[in-house]
Amino acid sequence: MSKDAVTFTIDGVEVKAKPDQTIMEAADAAGIYIPRLCYHKDLLPGGHCRVCTVRVNGRPANACTFPVNSGIVVENDTEELKALRRDIIEMLFVEGNHYCPSCEASGKCELQAMAYRLELLTPQMPYAWPKRELDATHPDVYLDRDRCILCGRCVRASVQLDGKRVFGFENRGAQKRIAVDSATGMGDTDLSAKDRAASICPTGCLTIKRQGYLTPVGKRPYDKVPIGSDIEKKQAAG
Amino acid sequence: MAEDMRSLVNQTVERFGKDRHRLMDIARALHARLGYLSEETIGHTAQALGIHRVEVRDMVSFYSFFSRKKQGKTVIHLCNAVVERMKGADAVGRAFERELGIHFGETTPDDAITLHHTACIGLSDQAPSALINGIPFTNLKPEDVPGIVKAIREGEDMLNMPQAEVDSNVRRPGEVIFAPMERGAAIRKAINMTPESVINEINKGRLRGRGGAGFPTAMKWDFCRKAKGNAHYLVCNADEGEPGTFKDRAILQECPDLVFEGMTVAGYAIGAREGIMYLRGEYEYLLPSLERVLAKRRHLGLLGENICGCEGFSFNIRIQMGAGAYVCGEESALLESAEGKRGAPRDRPPFPVQKGYKGEPTSVNNVETLCCAARILDRGGEWFASMGSRDSTGTKLLSVSGDCEHPGVYELPYGITVKKLIDMVGASDAQAVQVGGPSGRCLAPKDFGRSISFEDVPTGGSVIIIGPERDLLECVRQFTEFFVEESCGWCVPCRSGTTILLKTLEKVMEGRGSRSDLANLEKLGKTVKTMSRCGLGQTAANPILTTINGFPDLYEARIKHEEYTPAFDFKKALEVGCEAAGRNLELEGIHV
Amino acid sequence: MTKPLVATGHFTGCFGCHMSLLDIDERILDLVQLVEFDKSPINDIKTFNRPVDIGIIEGGVSNSENVEFLREFRKYCKILVAIGSCALTGGVPAMRNTVPLKECLQEAYLDGPTIVNGVIPNDPELPILLDRVYPCHEVVKIDYFLPGCPPSGDTLFNAIVALLKGDALALPYELVKYD
Ligand SMILES: Cc1cc2nc3c(=O)[nH]c(=O)nc-3n(C[C@H](O)[C@H](O)[C@H](O)COP(=O)(O)O)c2cc1C
Ligand code: SF4
Ligand code: SF4
Ligand code: SF4
Ligand code: SF4
Ligand code: FES
Ligand code: FES
Repeated sequence: MSKDAVTFTIDGVEVKAKPDQTIMEAADAAGIYIPRLCYHKDLLPGGHCRVCTVRVNGRPANACTFPVNSGIVVENDTEELKALRRDIIEMLFVEGNHYCPSCEASGKCELQAMAYRLELLTPQMPYAWPKRELDATHPDVYLDRDRCILCGRCVRASVQLDGKRVFGFENRGAQKRIAVDSATGMGDTDLSAKDRAASICPTGCLTIKRQGYLTPVGKRPYDKVPIGSDIEKKQAAG
Repeated sequence: MAEDMRSLVNQTVERFGKDRHRLMDIARALHARLGYLSEETIGHTAQALGIHRVEVRDMVSFYSFFSRKKQGKTVIHLCNAVVERMKGADAVGRAFERELGIHFGETTPDDAITLHHTACIGLSDQAPSALINGIPFTNLKPEDVPGIVKAIREGEDMLNMPQAEVDSNVRRPGEVIFAPMERGAAIRKAINMTPESVINEINKGRLRGRGGAGFPTAMKWDFCRKAKGNAHYLVCNADEGEPGTFKDRAILQECPDLVFEGMTVAGYAIGAREGIMYLRGEYEYLLPSLERVLAKRRHLGLLGENICGCEGFSFNIRIQMGAGAYVCGEESALLESAEGKRGAPRDRPPFPVQKGYKGEPTSVNNVETLCCAARILDRGGEWFASMGSRDSTGTKLLSVSGDCEHPGVYELPYGITVKKLIDMVGASDAQAVQVGGPSGRCLAPKDFGRSISFEDVPTGGSVIIIGPERDLLECVRQFTEFFVEESCGWCVPCRSGTTILLKTLEKVMEGRGSRSDLANLEKLGKTVKTMSRCGLGQTAANPILTTINGFPDLYEARIKHEEYTPAFDFKKALEVGCEAAGRNLELEGIHV
Repeated sequence: MTKPLVATGHFTGCFGCHMSLLDIDERILDLVQLVEFDKSPINDIKTFNRPVDIGIIEGGVSNSENVEFLREFRKYCKILVAIGSCALTGGVPAMRNTVPLKECLQEAYLDGPTIVNGVIPNDPELPILLDRVYPCHEVVKIDYFLPGCPPSGDTLFNAIVALLKGDALALPYELVKYD
């Protein structure tokens, strides 16, 4: 670590970081998992989901965009934050249409996995049952908006990783939807199934066709271990 | 036809220098010409700008004043905010529906007239009010409607209608804002000082931002001045979207010179060459007079190169119109919007003073703040600081509306108690006073002794009086609905949480709620407040939270005193099923 | 000592959750040692005639009869446990929730491509459909939720035993699944 390293604490554990890092990056490097949904290590942060909210010197801040600073006191794994984060997961379930039993993302879906990790047995907020459009016009990729959590990963990945602009948003508030760069459907965009954007979706909203249900139940990423275990393992090992 | 459209789009895009950052102006111009923005127009615009269709649609679909469906030649936006409905807007709305034979959200079959509801348009003191093709109509009565519709149909000049009038309604002028000042007086003082000492003078006045947050203006300017960048920008926030606020409108009507004076002083202090006034779309009718004032100031050498002969001090102002989105008053959303994008707030840090308009250091200041700054230059920081209360110097403009005898704009020294204010405006019998608009707080009579100031009850200017006869919870419901409609949708707690708050509140109000629903309202309210990305979400639960706190009996009276009640109304939920199968619950003796 | 009474009920679901209950294999014998089954499709007892300690319910609420029976359960059961996606969220049957009921019926009974002289079923013996499929907790208070489609035999067995012993219901990570 260079001499201009920054030192601060997360839940009382001292963490060293580079001055240009975010709290999320520093925590990951230190093997401390901060729950997140819209963040992806290969993308610039979007700040959509707020699941990564921590308290910095007592004030709520989202870890994925908040820069580290010497001496800050970060709270992450507290009962209060767990309950607040669980509320957000619950909101995501009731604002979309999630039928996990028949979803090909089940078992590897990060939304579902976050619900497991945060011990949400079932959402109890009032359901919205919105009408959302399915787009199956692309030969190799589905867009099932029922499962979209508007994390914007596909939007960012298309620009930042693929050098395209296949996705964007449309409308505002509860009417906000994911949109594609064509007047008709995703089939008329320059999206390729090989694009990072096509496979970076944390849920079953964007999926590659003819690849569903390949992994048997029990062997899927979050069947046996909670999401974030890979990051926490680093700490156990280090 | 298609070619006509293409050339219209191309011309328009040319007119704004093929600059992607001017997409808002381009879309506004096209919308004005075509009445709506079709997918075809969107496609051509993207092509002409060399960007993607999805980017143009992203922006256009965000703003409530842009329609993507064909609309009538005349578009009526009737305000249905809380104050309007107190003053009979519902009856006016029904009169319009009857006269036009359509519902809200629809267009007459001959494509002549479209009818919409809209949030507060800054005319709450002259409610019920409407914008008809952008022209403000005030103090509407149901009887006025046939005449107005007739005039529209006969193609008369709407400006000649007797209701097309906006009174600035300044009930009580003070010494800071509504006092005369010679054009250029503050600028001339400023340019004889260093930018640092200008900032210092503002600091002596202990001026704090009038837009809501109360950030010390001198500090903001100092940060901005010191931040490194290729250019610095000064932005005047004239978005004034908080329901029940119309004091910036009064300033722009009565003393626009003072605002521009303040902007120029600020530009000098922070080292900006360009100033932008972001004017809410609802105030488009003020644009011509504001442009005239700007032209005059350019002519007088108060804007442009070497202002007042000060070598090297160049500053220009352009007015950026909005298009109907409350959240664009939030400074980072405003900057996104001014850059031609959807008005989604940014995560901070970085703050606008570090990375603002086009990524450069930018100071965003409220209209009234800039007027105060100009006055401080003219009369001195000490003089300014001699008014007001301990942490709140100077005067504050209050927009008073609702159940009172004298609605309008009052310029009063900070520190005035709510009691004194309501006596002054003729509302001594108020049931509650909503200070700071929906995002502020609802005060009960036990709190009327509190003072309007940063240290006690702060407000951006909105004071809504809720009279003794009103159903306060209905006001709370409408405020909550406002946030649902204005949420930008970027982040989950606000996008989804506000809707759930509204649903739960409605359950309680319909008498179907239980104690656990009240607990849920409080818990969820706290989540939305704590987890939301920007000030909109962070305050969206305030109407509910502050009334649960101040008026618990109102809620208690509506709930069933049971631990649990069902989520929905069974009878209602069975209606469609009965109808479809030709069944009748009562006849069949089915009890639900 | 009398054994605790258990009732199970089935609403709008596929019966898979009940199958899963049988899926606890030989442990069903342990269970029968521990409890007595009252009203349950397993033993075909149809009505409640005494209070029950634990009610276990499968399926969402899609019609007037579901509402009526679910309320019965709430009335007679000290502890009410909802099991499976359908009971917890509406589950797969709730896929109809994004289409207005009228359109669903129209498509199913009147306008569908294979329909001649269609009518919407209207026999008074039939329950009346609700506008949507509702999760059980939106109709009555539910004390415990066991997710899964179906919840595994292990999940059900562990949970029931814990409830009978009055232990806290702490399921290990692998047993809480939405599918
Ligand atoms: C949802 C929202 C709406 C806002 N609307 C306005 C507004 O209409 N006018 C305004 O000056 N400030 C508004 N603000 C506050 C601005 O973000 C910003 O603090 C202010 O313009 C700074 O100017 P000041 O320092 O002069 O107060 C709003 C903030 C939020 C969160
Ligand atoms: S996307 Fe995830 S949460 Fe949604 S249905 Fe699929 S598995 Fe369930
Ligand atoms: S499609 Fe997937 S990646 Fe894109 S916003 Fe929706 S959930 Fe996120
Ligand atoms: S709090 Fe609301 S308005 Fe603010 S960013 Fe989030 S969704 Fe948008
Ligand atoms: S949860 Fe699954 S197994 Fe249980 S009833 Fe529903 S569909 Fe069948
Ligand atoms: S991960 Fe930080 S806001 Fe989503
Ligand atoms: S103009 Fe309608 S409430 Fe403000």
